[in-house]
Formats: sequence, structure tokens, C-alpha cells
Amino acid sequence: MDSNREGFKNIKGKAEEFLQIFRKGEEFTQELLKDNEKLRFKIVQLEEEHRQQQKDDPEGVLKSLEDKVAYLSEENRHLMERYREVELENKNFAEKYLEVEQENNNLANLYVASYQLHSTLDFGEVLKTVLEIIMNLVGAERFAIMLLDEKTRELTAVATEGIAAEDMPVIGPGSGKIGESARTGEAFFAESQGGGGFDQPIVCIPLKIKEHVIGVIVIYTLLVQKKNFTNVDYELFSMLAGHAATAIFSARLYSQSERKLVTIQSFLDLIKDKPSA
Amino acid sequence: MSEVKFLVVEDSPTMRQLISFALKRVHGAKIIEASDGIDALKKISAEKFDLILTDINMPIMDGLKLVSLIRGDDQHKEIPIIIITTEGAEEDRRKGIALGANAYLSKPIQTAELLKLVNQYVKK
Repeated sequence: MDSNREGFKNIKGKAEEFLQIFRKGEEFTQELLKDNEKLRFKIVQLEEEHRQQQKDDPEGVLKSLEDKVAYLSEENRHLMERYREVELENKNFAEKYLEVEQENNNLANLYVASYQLHSTLDFGEVLKTVLEIIMNLVGAERFAIMLLDEKTRELTAVATEGIAAEDMPVIGPGSGKIGESARTGEAFFAESQGGGGFDQPIVCIPLKIKEHVIGVIVIYTLLVQKKNFTNVDYELFSMLAGHAATAIFSARLYSQSERKLVTIQSFLDLIKDKPSA
Repeated sequence: MSEVKFLVVEDSPTMRQLISFALKRVHGAKIIEASDGIDALKKISAEKFDLILTDINMPIMDGLKLVSLIRGDDQHKEIPIIIITTEGAEEDRRKGIALGANAYLSKPIQTAELLKLVNQYVKK
């Protein structure tokens, strides 16, 4: 009986123990279910956040694209600016090239004119070359080359174009624009075309060997198609003032010496032929 | 580009030199000079030219007579001719073109203008 009671107690104890374990298991399961619930809630929250993020993404992409467009626009603006700079530089180079080309052409003309002036010692040919240069390179229509008489200091026309040489007056020292140009050695350029009278030249170029004036180139009118003087005309005038002067002076000296040589030779021949007394 | 033959007809040696000097800048240029129309005709009959540049006022035979003779000659009438002269009036220009000149340039000539014109006929 006692053993039964003891056995019953043992069984009851074990049952109590089992129930406690079971209760603990229940509690544990309850906790697990709560945790599970929390996790489910967290998942739903995360999914919601994720959905929200997905909704936000197009704006992010748009913003990124906008940034890219802004960057490319800036780069495009920079390139356009650079392109304009290069284009301007190119234009400047083209203008510079044309200027150099023009200067090159002018120098070539000056070279040919100068070469022609010194290619002969014939006085007549030199005067003809000066006339050709003034007519063909400057574009003068009526003009004259006047030379200074060392004794009387008067200017006399030795070659003309568009005017008869005999019609040209003799210019006294310091008389009018022409005489003044010869006296001072300064070139004269009229503001506008004159009336064409002999005392109304539009250009007077003194022919000078260093500071010594030997004559004056006088221009009265220009060709119909020549409206005004250009820079190269002034360079030509400057070249003529020196080169034409030396060419004319040398040719005149040469022809004078030739004449003297012939005279002396004739004189010597005469002496030789004279029978001795 | 092969050789390009020019005939420069001009009585003024200075102008001949100036025109020839400018023409030397055309690639392959060979320049022959003549001092008047008769001299030019002799040279035209001796060799073939690609372009003739002539003055008007010249002794013996002037440029206008030369142009009309070239245009009347079957063998040479196709050669382009440019008149270069001091005669700048419109009437002179019309006369030159009417006789058969291809172009007309008034003196004083601008080298750039001359070369531009020459290149037009050389390229043709």
C-alpha cells in the first residue's frame, strides 16, 4: 500500500515535472510566436520601405540624368567658347595671311620697279622707266618729271605724260607747291584732286640724293579708275624719291661724260692730224 | 599640275616684268613675253599658250587688233585673253569684251586680283 502510495507520488511528481516542462515549452512557443509576429511585422515594414524606395528611384535616375545634362551642357558651352576662340584665331590668321600676301606683292612691285630703274645708264631710258612706274604702278594720268638747274635753281620738265613738255612752265626757286617741295625737300600731297592747272598739282615728290634735291615728280591728275592713293603708293613715292633720283643723276652724269669723251677724242684726233709747224 | 604657258604682251618693259613676276607664282608657269601685237602673233604661231595677257596701247599693232585677229583664227580662237590696260572707262571695257577678250583689268593692277582672274582661266 505504502509502495503504491510512494509510486503514486513519484508518478505525480513526474507529471508535475512534465507539466512544468510543458508549460515552459508553451511559454517558449508563445515567445517564439511573438518573435515570429514581430519579424513578420518587420518584414512588412521592410517591404513597405523597399516599395517606397522603388517609388523614389525614378526621381533619383531623373536627378542623375539632369546632373549629367547639366555637366554636358557646361562642357558643350565650354567647347563652343573654345570653338569661337579658335574661329577668331583662324580669322585673325587669315587676315594676317592676306596682309602678308599684300605686303609681299607690294615688295615684289617695288623690287621690279627698282630693278628696272637701275638696269640702264641711258638717260632717256631711265626717264621712260620713271614715267612707266608712275603711270602703271601709281595710276597717274597727267604728270611730269622736272629737274633742277644747279645754277639758276629753276625746275624744267624733262619728261611728261598727258601734257606736252613745252607747255610746262619753268618753276622758279620756292615758287608755288612745286618750287616749295624742291626747296624744302618735303613731299606734298593735296587733300583732294586739284583743278588740273600747272600750279595745282596733287602730288610733288622731291627727287633726292641724301638731302640734295635734283628735281621733282609732279602729278596733276590720276587715271579715271584710280580714286585715291593706297599705302603702297606712298611706299612707291618714297622709293622713287631715292632710287629715281640716283638713277636719273647717274644716267645724266654718264651721258655727259660720254659727250665729253667724244669731244676730247675729237680734239685729240684734231691735234694728231694737225701738221707740225 | 602640268606646265601652264602664258604670253604677256606689253610694250613697257617695267610692266612686262611686273606681270611676269606675278605670274611666276602660278604653279607650273612658263612665261613668254612679247613687246607688241606682231611679236605676239609670231609667238602664238610658234607655240601653244594657255592664256594671253595683253595691253591695248602698243606700237606697231595694238592689243584690240591682236584680240580680233586671234578670235578670227580657227587654230587659236579658244585661247583665253585678259586685257590689262590704263584705259579704265566702261566704254573701253565693253569694246575689249565685244572683240572677244575674256576679261578686262585696269591699271594699276593689284597682284592678288590678277592672280585670282588668271587662276579662273587656268583651271578652266
